[in-house]
Amino acid sequence: MEKTIGNKTIDVNDQGYLTDFSQWDKEVATELAKEKGIDLTDKHWEVIEYLQNKHKNEEALSIRGIKKSGVINIKEFYNLFPGGPLKVSTLIAGIPKPKSCI
Amino acid sequence: MKNLVILGAGTSGTMMANHLVHKLPKDQWKITIVDQYKKHYYQPGFLFLPFDIYKTKDVIKKGKKFIPKGVRYINQKIEEIKADKNQVQLEHENLDYDILIIATGTKIAPEEIEGMKGDLWHKDIFDFYTFEGAKALRNKLREWEGGKLVVHITEMPIKCPVAPLEFAFLADSYFTNKGIRDKVEIEFVTPLDGAFTKPKATKALHYLLEEKGIKEVTDFNIERIDNENKKMIDYSGKEVDFDLLVTVPTNLGDAVIERSGLGDDMNFVPTNKGTLQTKAHKNIFAIGDATNLPASKAGSVAHFEAEILTDNILRYIDGKELKDKFDGHANCFIETGHGKALLIDFNYTTEPVEGTFPFPGIGPLNLLKESRMNHLGKMAFRWIYWNMLIKGIHIPFVSATMSKKGKKLEEVNN
Repeated sequence: MEKTIGNKTIDVNDQGYLTDFSQWDKEVATELAKEKGIDLTDKHWEVIEYLQNKHKNEEALSIRGIKKSGVINIKEFYNLFPGGPLKVSTLIAGIPKPKSCI
Repeated sequence: MKNLVILGAGTSGTMMANHLVHKLPKDQWKITIVDQYKKHYYQPGFLFLPFDIYKTKDVIKKGKKFIPKGVRYINQKIEEIKADKNQVQLEHENLDYDILIIATGTKIAPEEIEGMKGDLWHKDIFDFYTFEGAKALRNKLREWEGGKLVVHITEMPIKCPVAPLEFAFLADSYFTNKGIRDKVEIEFVTPLDGAFTKPKATKALHYLLEEKGIKEVTDFNIERIDNENKKMIDYSGKEVDFDLLVTVPTNLGDAVIERSGLGDDMNFVPTNKGTLQTKAHKNIFAIGDATNLPASKAGSVAHFEAEILTDNILRYIDGKELKDKFDGHANCFIETGHGKALLIDFNYTTEPVEGTFPFPGIGPLNLLKESRMNHLGKMAFRWIYWNMLIKGIHIPFVSATMSKKGKKLEEVNN
């Protein structure tokens, strides 16, 4: 489905995740974050970049990966993306939500 | 003579030995398979052992029985893979290889979470991903009189992602049959945002949790276990208390992968998802749970991979381009308790779908629907595993890549 965000139109699935990463840019991320009540800081961008790289290399995302990434510790990760941090951060990063097989 | 070495004689490694022994010219290639353990476990059976549905003898056999004649079978610990020297260092000898297949699987690592492998380990906190854990849990369940049972996933990815859910379903069935279901509370705790995470499956299957009275706790990323007060605490401070905790600990690739510097941050080997060649070394291939493929870590996936990997190894030997063919095909029975099961069939890009299997429009198995026939399929699978699957015998009508016939398809919307 289409969604208008700022002055852009993006395609998202029924849970609000971008279905076409080429539509992602920093402006989209900023707006998506705002909807979650988050103002993006430098630290947020660093995490977003890390997540996007992992996704590009087709590596599974996990809390452990975050822990070992050297980018951020888990407590900080929770503070930056309250709620489900992986779920929220991947949405803002424009990549699919981590999932199980069914 | 050239050498092909397979590391690990579990489901994947054993299948590869059986495939390749028929394909590689005996006067040119020597095949060796290494595993430190002499036993071969039927791992899907670990789900049934705790509930006294299977006996211990149903899930263990001698590994030797399944290694074909003409393949050298070595029971030694693997110390290190020296990729720059094309050599594997074992406990007592060194093996040179021209081609290496890594099939070292995945293991649970309960020590990764503070307090998991503490005083309560295998007393009130159990895993069922090892023979020892499943057996200890069986003994516990035999005498357990009720309370709060928590079924828990520590972090993804895990081997057989649906097994914890099946465990919860079978527990409901088990306690009902024992006449103590009213004394047992069942809670399913996951780091994901639901027991089912794909939209179609959630829609088709969520009723199962409601019907069986299983409570879901989602987005729970465990930080530690408080043994004294019997509760799990997550990074956001949420708590879940338990009387009996059945957890799937962190799954990591084998430590030898880490020692050899060949793994990612969970010791899984970065592998090309279509060809199964490792990303770092052209003459090293990886299969099954040992890889970092974004497919399920399951025997069915390994089975489909084995057919494609066999082809690609022959192509590699002939200097031909590898086939970028593996599509992430998985095909799994899901026990739902009370003598019924589901069957799911999916790949990298297609969600579990509705339809029939293996014959389009006929079945006899139903995809994404509970049925007694599916349960019989799962029970029959143990025989298929021991007698066909790991011997590398092709299972009739089931292809390595996913067939789209007779299925209601919907592409995954990433």
